[in-house]
Amino acid sequence: MSSSPQDSSRPQKSAHRVVITGIGWVTPLGHDIETVWRRLLAGESGIGPTRRFDASTFPTQFSAEVKDYDYRQYVTQPEAHEGVGLNTAFALGAAAQAWRAAGLDKYDDLDHERLGIYLGSGEGSLDFDNYVASNLASWNEEARCVDAVRWAAVAQQRMNALREIEQEPNMPLTHLAMEFDVFGPTYNCLTACAASTQAIGEATEILRRGDADVMIAGGAHTMIHPFGVTGFNRLTALSTRNDSCFTASRPFSVDRDGFVLGEGAGMLILETLEHAQRRNAPILAEVVGYGSSADAYRITDIHPEGRGAVAAMRQALENAGLNPQDIDYISAHGTGTHENDSIETLAVKTVFGEYARRVPISSIKSMMGHLIAAAGSVEAITCVLAIRDQKLPPTINLNTPDPACDLDYVPNQARECRVDVCLSNSFGFGGQNDTLVIRRMS
Amino acid sequence: MVKAAIKQPMPQLFKMPAMTRRVVITGLGPVSAVGLGIEPTWEAAVAGRSGIGPITAFDASGFDCRIAGEVRDLSVKDFVPKNYRKATKVMARDIELAVVAADFAARDAALVTRGTNPDEAPSYAPHRVGAHIGAGLIAGELNELTTALAEARAEDGSFDIHRWGESGMEHLTPLWLLKYLPNMLACHVTIIHDCQGPSNTITCAEASAGLSIGESLRVIQRGAADACFCGGAESKLNPMAFLRQLMTGRYNTTSNDDGSRAVRPFCQNAAGSIVGEGGGIVVLEALETFRQRYAAASGDVKPRAYAEIAGFGASQTVNREARNLRPDPEGRGIAVAIRAALREANVAPGDIDLIIAFGLGLRETDAAEAEALKRVFGETLSGVPVVSTKALVGNCGAGAGGLDVCLAARAIAEQMIPATINCESPLPGINAGSAPARSAKINTVLTYSAGIGGQNAALVLKKIEV
Repeated sequence: MSSSPQDSSRPQKSAHRVVITGIGWVTPLGHDIETVWRRLLAGESGIGPTRRFDASTFPTQFSAEVKDYDYRQYVTQPEAHEGVGLNTAFALGAAAQAWRAAGLDKYDDLDHERLGIYLGSGEGSLDFDNYVASNLASWNEEARCVDAVRWAAVAQQRMNALREIEQEPNMPLTHLAMEFDVFGPTYNCLTACAASTQAIGEATEILRRGDADVMIAGGAHTMIHPFGVTGFNRLTALSTRNDSCFTASRPFSVDRDGFVLGEGAGMLILETLEHAQRRNAPILAEVVGYGSSADAYRITDIHPEGRGAVAAMRQALENAGLNPQDIDYISAHGTGTHENDSIETLAVKTVFGEYARRVPISSIKSMMGHLIAAAGSVEAITCVLAIRDQKLPPTINLNTPDPACDLDYVPNQARECRVDVCLSNSFGFGGQNDTLVIRRMS
Repeated sequence: MVKAAIKQPMPQLFKMPAMTRRVVITGLGPVSAVGLGIEPTWEAAVAGRSGIGPITAFDASGFDCRIAGEVRDLSVKDFVPKNYRKATKVMARDIELAVVAADFAARDAALVTRGTNPDEAPSYAPHRVGAHIGAGLIAGELNELTTALAEARAEDGSFDIHRWGESGMEHLTPLWLLKYLPNMLACHVTIIHDCQGPSNTITCAEASAGLSIGESLRVIQRGAADACFCGGAESKLNPMAFLRQLMTGRYNTTSNDDGSRAVRPFCQNAAGSIVGEGGGIVVLEALETFRQRYAAASGDVKPRAYAEIAGFGASQTVNREARNLRPDPEGRGIAVAIRAALREANVAPGDIDLIIAFGLGLRETDAAEAEALKRVFGETLSGVPVVSTKALVGNCGAGAGGLDVCLAARAIAEQMIPATINCESPLPGINAGSAPARSAKINTVLTYSAGIGGQNAALVLKKIEV
């Protein structure tokens, strides 16, 4: 029974099973499933000098950018998407890939009122030049403040209505709804770096409950823009290894010095098992567990014992009805910040006990950087592919492990092994934590 | 039977079994231009007193619209524990509003938390309390940012990104980014009240608070928490956010001299909405755990259950020609959400005693809502009173639905329909004309919100005897 607290995380017996029938991504390592997966297994880095803007004097001058990408090759409703921001552009390409992989482009009997979307997408990029120019043009040197009347005059003249509205965090969602004619439940959540893991988890719950047949779930985000880098540089959260940027993302390594900004999108098609079976959809894996928690500690720091991370992992395992020993692979949050990696390691030890030393853990952020709100979505896809191919992507740049990070992080080389059940962690700034458990379809 | 239902090839016939936990609303924390907390808010709603007036937050004389629904005299320090006052320095106005709303909600619910009473044992174990709080895109404070930008100017006064990278950015406080992340509303609330359960931040424009309340409902129903803070808050009363709003073309620029008459929901003479700030956060609890808390409470601090959240529905509007920035004139998407909420609540349209509508006071969106309501209610619509809070507080964005749920709950508790103002000639078929507050039998209330971008949330509240 769901009402007693002891087994409160178990889904109700009547709940629908939820399966993954399509995946797609747009990442710094490429824009299709197989290319990116091959490069992840090869341990390639998608990091390079930042080209999006002139970062040449910033504390951090590099990032993992999406290259040579044009969303227009993916969409069927181009007029509805003209002038979209990067988050939406990434979301459209990733979702179109997933939609086609799931065979939904050739399925005519879909009930669009039972088709929903749950994204974890970030804020759009500011219209930087016009924003900065408006601010400076209205700066009153003596009063040390912006003259609001002058600001209004300049900004109204310089700024563009469409460019502004496209920064709203629900815009990737809104454009996917137009592209795929969605009338069912639609959400965007923004729990910082945990957002798209949470989106997949909540989409799973919507399907379990029977409030939709099919959900598009995932996330899209870039913070590779001047104020994004500024914000993270001021927090001293980013690596500043400008002289060797290709190897700057070093999760679990003793010489890690912060995360590397990535960008992109990951999208999954989730559906109820019976809906997938009815239309003979390809079933890639099953989402069997989801946990969500808050540190409730400090906005600036993770709880030193990883209290929230422990709670999210335990909830997800309990929700899946699995024991720690059932997990074959952990896709770590593994950002490469000093604080995250040691505390995540501690949390894994708390949850997994002795078995923590035997379960392989890796962070693909070592290769594609940190996609912030979208990070969890590409990591969930990685779990699906690990199950499909029985291969684990490595944590690259891990030559000198931190004594506080003494688990098996699949250093530098991909690994072939039995992979039936994966656990994926995402922890957000401010203490919102989410964990998924993804299993081979039995 | 349950097993057979799973195999049913038509999931829309799938009925949730009776084991779903019931959820009640036990604390109300509205924050808006008409006041802080439920008492002044309800009083204004009954009196039909608008809080819309000239903008004082910044000099708005450069904009075509110069009035708003402003929250006045807000001092967030009065609403946080002493040891948390320092943290208020990193709170954007949106965060302050959420923190204040959550404090009101917790106290209204007589809930013991680390925030309301750190010396007593909390009403719920921290890991059984969640928080789902809707938020908007938070605009950076112009003075703070430009003070730093001014240090990175080239000789000709223009911005020099090299100087910015070298040293200009150092004029920003290290925690600058954290002031403006939308999830910080929920994060501060979870830290203050020690909510370690499931937590989320939903960012779907005006549908955010309604969707967040719906998500808390689901989390409690499925047993992942026993109590949740939920709702939303937003402030667009700074030049950048305000400009973004005006650029949507949805606001009244012709009533600057008469704020209280500016917003006319469902009126044929509606001239657009007005930007408001605030919203509402409520406390939801599982009925069974609330009953335990109720039984254990001493007589003078008995908590109350205002209403049951009996149904919830979410949906999406599609209007491709207008990029989902304008409504579907036929109201199909909104109707999908309302029908889902009614279905879960197991009520027929004829059972609804009051509708707290979204009702922006913009002819195009009001007309689309009217079409959606007609789709669901048919002929019976003209008999149901329709009230919008926008005439009183403006459009509170991500917080709007939270405020509306507070009023819906209080309307049930008081058995009273709030006043309707500014609607001399309602759209045909809609019972939304100006009327004073009046007593009525109110068992069931529908409230919904429809955000720009097309997300919709609908909730059905039912009277409950605990």
